Amino acid sequence: MQEKDEMDKDIEFDVLTEIGNIGAGNATTALSKLINTRIDMHVPKVELLGFSELAEIVGGAETLVAGILLSLEGDIDGMMLFVLESSAAHLLVDQLMGCQTTGNTEGFSDMEQSALMEIGNIIAGAYLSSISTLTNMLVTSSVPYLAVDMAGAILSVPAIEFGKLGDKALLIESQFKDLDVDISGYFILIPTLESYRRILTSLGL
Amino acid sequence: MADMIKVGMADLNICHSPDVITTLGLGSCVGVVLYDKGRKIAGMVHVMLPDSTKVRQNQNKAKFADTGIDLLIEMLQKEGAVKSALTAKIAGGAQMFAFNSNNDMLRVGERNVEAVKTKLNSIGIRILAEDTGLNYGRTVEFYPETGDFVIKAVGKPVKTI
Repeated sequence: MQEKDEMDKDIEFDVLTEIGNIGAGNATTALSKLINTRIDMHVPKVELLGFSELAEIVGGAETLVAGILLSLEGDIDGMMLFVLESSAAHLLVDQLMGCQTTGNTEGFSDMEQSALMEIGNIIAGAYLSSISTLTNMLVTSSVPYLAVDMAGAILSVPAIEFGKLGDKALLIESQFKDLDVDISGYFILIPTLESYRRILTSLGL
Repeated sequence: MADMIKVGMADLNICHSPDVITTLGLGSCVGVVLYDKGRKIAGMVHVMLPDSTKVRQNQNKAKFADTGIDLLIEMLQKEGAVKSALTAKIAGGAQMFAFNSNNDMLRVGERNVEAVKTKLNSIGIRILAEDTGLNYGRTVEFYPETGDFVIKAVGKPVKTI
């Protein structure tokens, strides 16, 4: 029984990894079109992390990050979070708005915030549509919500959801390389427990 | 030289004066400090979820308000603290994203704070101070020497409660 559980877990992890890969690939293409720059993507890293390691990946619990959250509706309930380090978020916004990089590392203006939400919207949309195709399920998302705060605080939102399932969280790290700047973005997809089962069932597991 | 003892997410620890106990980047989670003033011993638990009985995977006691607080009291007593002398200070439980949907997933900060208060109330531990709710993350430090609970947030002045 124990062994079977372990094996099931392995298969489930592989499935989520694959969903993550495909989703992140599509999202990167969308981002590239949006800022009209060629973006190279490294193979995304998918990791199952303990809660304490989660914030460390993004540079520590107190690192300033931008988090864009969308709630999912339709056949899959849950939420999706896209996290960028604050400096990377500034780079992307500057690209999108066509201004010189100001080296500004302070907060984001209203205009910059709405640009960030739009970035989140587009890449999350690309990500979700690939999941939708793969699972043959209808997934729609809410408008994007933005928070700029400490990584630990923002990641607590998905961590809590994963906390209902166990003691680990699934993180998909995708690194983009835009010209000569490396930008790391992190996708976290959090289906509710029931939706998670539905996804696996739709894939014949 | 005083040490800084770190408490991670869904984790707990004990601290004797002059050491300091801290947890970084509290979001919707709640940092609960229990403190025996006379003996200068404090413990902190970083609670993620309100209720262990609602979740099947509940082996990690520090994750939940109910079992986390019980376990913390047990540990404090082993270190020489007296249960009847314990008081509490709490922080966190923010709603990080400004959702107005009634999606229950997003109200978890509020529910964590409620659950912590209910639990403390049921075992007769008084809450001396709190800094909870709103929409921003907090880093907290507790000093058993003075009983000060220091709260830091991005772009806000440092607060001591």
